[in-house]
Amino acid sequence: MSASVSQANLLPTGAEFQKGLARRNFRGSVWGRFYSLSLLVAILALIALVLNIVNSAFGYAITAYEVEPTALVAGGDVGGLDAEQLVVILQDYQERRLPVYIRDNLSVVDPSIFTQVPLSESLAGRTFPAELAAMTVTELTRDQQAAVLAASLSVDTLRSLVEVEVIGEQVIHPYALSESLFERSRIDAELLEALEDEPNARLEFRSWLNFEFLTAAGSSDPAAAGVRTALLGTLWVIFITVLFAFPVGVGAAIYLEEYAVPNRLNKLIETNIRNLAGVPSIIYGLLGLAVLVRSLEFITQGRTILSAGLTLGLLILPVIIINSQEAIRAVPSSIREASFGVGATKWQTIWNQVLPAAMPGILTGTILAMSRAVGETAPLIVIGASTFIVTDPTSPFAKFTALPIQIYQWTARPQSEFRAIAAAAIIVLLVLLLLFNATAIILRQRYRKSLQG
Amino acid sequence: MTQNGAYAIQLKNVDVFYGPKLAVSDVSLNIQTRRITAFIGPSGCGKSTVLRSINRMNDLIPGARVQGDVTFQGQNLYAPEVDPVEVRRRIGMVFQKPNPFPKSIYDNVAYGPRLLGVRSKAVLDEIVEKSLKGAYLWDEVRSDLKKSGLALSGGQQQRLCIARTIAVEPEVILMDEPCSALDPIATQAVEDLMKILVKQYTIVIVTHNMQQAQRVSDFTAFFSIRKQEETPGKENRWGVLGEFAETTELFSSPNSEETERYIRGEFG
Ligand SMILES: Nc1ncnc2c1ncn2[C@@H]1O[C@H](COP(=O)(O)OP(=O)(O)OP(=O)(O)O)[C@@H](O)[C@H]1O
Ligand SMILES: [Mg+2]
Repeated sequence: MSASVSQANLLPTGAEFQKGLARRNFRGSVWGRFYSLSLLVAILALIALVLNIVNSAFGYAITAYEVEPTALVAGGDVGGLDAEQLVVILQDYQERRLPVYIRDNLSVVDPSIFTQVPLSESLAGRTFPAELAAMTVTELTRDQQAAVLAASLSVDTLRSLVEVEVIGEQVIHPYALSESLFERSRIDAELLEALEDEPNARLEFRSWLNFEFLTAAGSSDPAAAGVRTALLGTLWVIFITVLFAFPVGVGAAIYLEEYAVPNRLNKLIETNIRNLAGVPSIIYGLLGLAVLVRSLEFITQGRTILSAGLTLGLLILPVIIINSQEAIRAVPSSIREASFGVGATKWQTIWNQVLPAAMPGILTGTILAMSRAVGETAPLIVIGASTFIVTDPTSPFAKFTALPIQIYQWTARPQSEFRAIAAAAIIVLLVLLLLFNATAIILRQRYRKSLQG
Repeated sequence: MTQNGAYAIQLKNVDVFYGPKLAVSDVSLNIQTRRITAFIGPSGCGKSTVLRSINRMNDLIPGARVQGDVTFQGQNLYAPEVDPVEVRRRIGMVFQKPNPFPKSIYDNVAYGPRLLGVRSKAVLDEIVEKSLKGAYLWDEVRSDLKKSGLALSGGQQQRLCIARTIAVEPEVILMDEPCSALDPIATQAVEDLMKILVKQYTIVIVTHNMQQAQRVSDFTAFFSIRKQEETPGKENRWGVLGEFAETTELFSSPNSEETERYIRGEFG
């Protein structure tokens, strides 16, 4: 009894308590408002980013064709034509360039001797009418050249030849989405102006991000350029990155958490791994250039996907190690004790209990690190990713380009069409990142569920 | 094979240190085969520490060190040629908080045998059934062995942990407050189980519950705390074995006043 009386004197009661409570609640609500404001700023920034990209990627464009598609085929859709018909069009409009198409698409010999050697040599391994084998390309008639093209090229290739070489769509002026929506009258005026120089000019609404953009290779012509090469390059590089960084990173984390005795050397190593995670990515680029591209050229063969993948792997290695360490540390010690308690060895405990329990955290960390690597530009520029390349990478030793490089290069160009396709490529990159993150979430849920049964 | 009534485990002048700190000092006691021995005493007196030194669980704590002899069937457990993995297989452990693996009931019980290299499905099935029956859990879970061990009630989880322990056929089972996280009914089930298990196994149990010690154990070891002022304001505390006797004897006529006050519930 006496204890509670003396406490009543020490602690505020009645009106004093109410006043104190009001003050405490006020303080809470101020902080609450401040935090919701921070969230609002973040969301606005995100919306601004998305709008900015979408704004450039869609909108009207004044375009002109060299030859109206309707002049080639009724309805103007060349997609329905077969190889014969496409070759006839090429022959009609670009007769003199037929040998060039043969050289660019079919020749297996050096361009300098292409016109001097017989077809049997210059087109060795290709299908073409056998009776032409002994002749050089310049000895062929136009019809025979057309026959060679028709025999060897796929419909897709022929169609894109017709689109680029005959129809030759030109973008005279692209407009942003905002301009398209709100400044229609100005655009119409500019169209009239354009019609004076280019009687074929027309206005069309264009999504720069479309299926062709995804599947077309890089090109110096913005209307025909696509991201396929860059996208494949990015996927290849990331594949190598993860293949290298995941096992090494998780292994290092296991060592540091489970085996390393906490002595001075190991503490120093841990601290430095943490520091490495903060090193600017360009430094990793310089490291990759010096070690992977130059010193280890006999393995990596220079500026290849392998060099880039390993460089990015080194870049995200510390992040993976740190995240995996956290995940391993978070595994409750009761699980380890239970495992040791029934006579498991250390490795059995790690393999059967610790790693599965830590895996959701490890995977999340790895995929987030991967997302970071996908967007990295600086190290790739330093180790010398190709800025212009049109052949798809097919092995780790291929030269390559990557999405961020492609975007960087397109935005650096003066013509505004390139800015539009850069925006489209940014959308592709963002979607790729979203896919990665979604995978991370799904994997984590799946694992968590399998752990909880 | 030692005879019923012989000593399974002998501790002689055992000191345990955590780093430089002495945790328990000079513990000597003999644990009889196929009997239940209870460790009681106030919190922090080193019951868990002594228990964990018996199956070398303390090896897992960095800096923990055991001095003196812990002998199991005549073999010093801390001799250099002894592998702690084998010790823990033969001296199993059940923990205070039920800690099933985040796996199915079946996989929980089959875990130990699988570690030993048992792969045959038929053999594993048999071991799982036998162990779950041994832990008196079989009838409750037989229809749903695929269910996660974590989906069981606390008492069932603790019996699952016991099944997991007996699946590797240990000779001794150490239990560190196995009922402290359980309700009275689940506690009853585990106590009943201990009384059955003791026909086959040597059991050592740490408990804070005087009634439990009296209900289940044959022998009781009472640990107490010694204090020494090293410098003013800084006190050293370590645990010692206060009294060790048959349970009925210790509870009816304790040797020391300290024991008596503790079992009457005056401190702890
Ligand atoms: N991992 C550890 N590291 C350092 N000191 C420890 C560790 N575990 C226990 N100790 C110390 O050893 C002493 C004995 O602890 P122990 O856990 O054995 O006591 P206990 O009798 O089991 O207590 P309780 O009844 O509360 O479980 C305590 O002073 C404790 O602080
Ligand atoms: Mg304890």
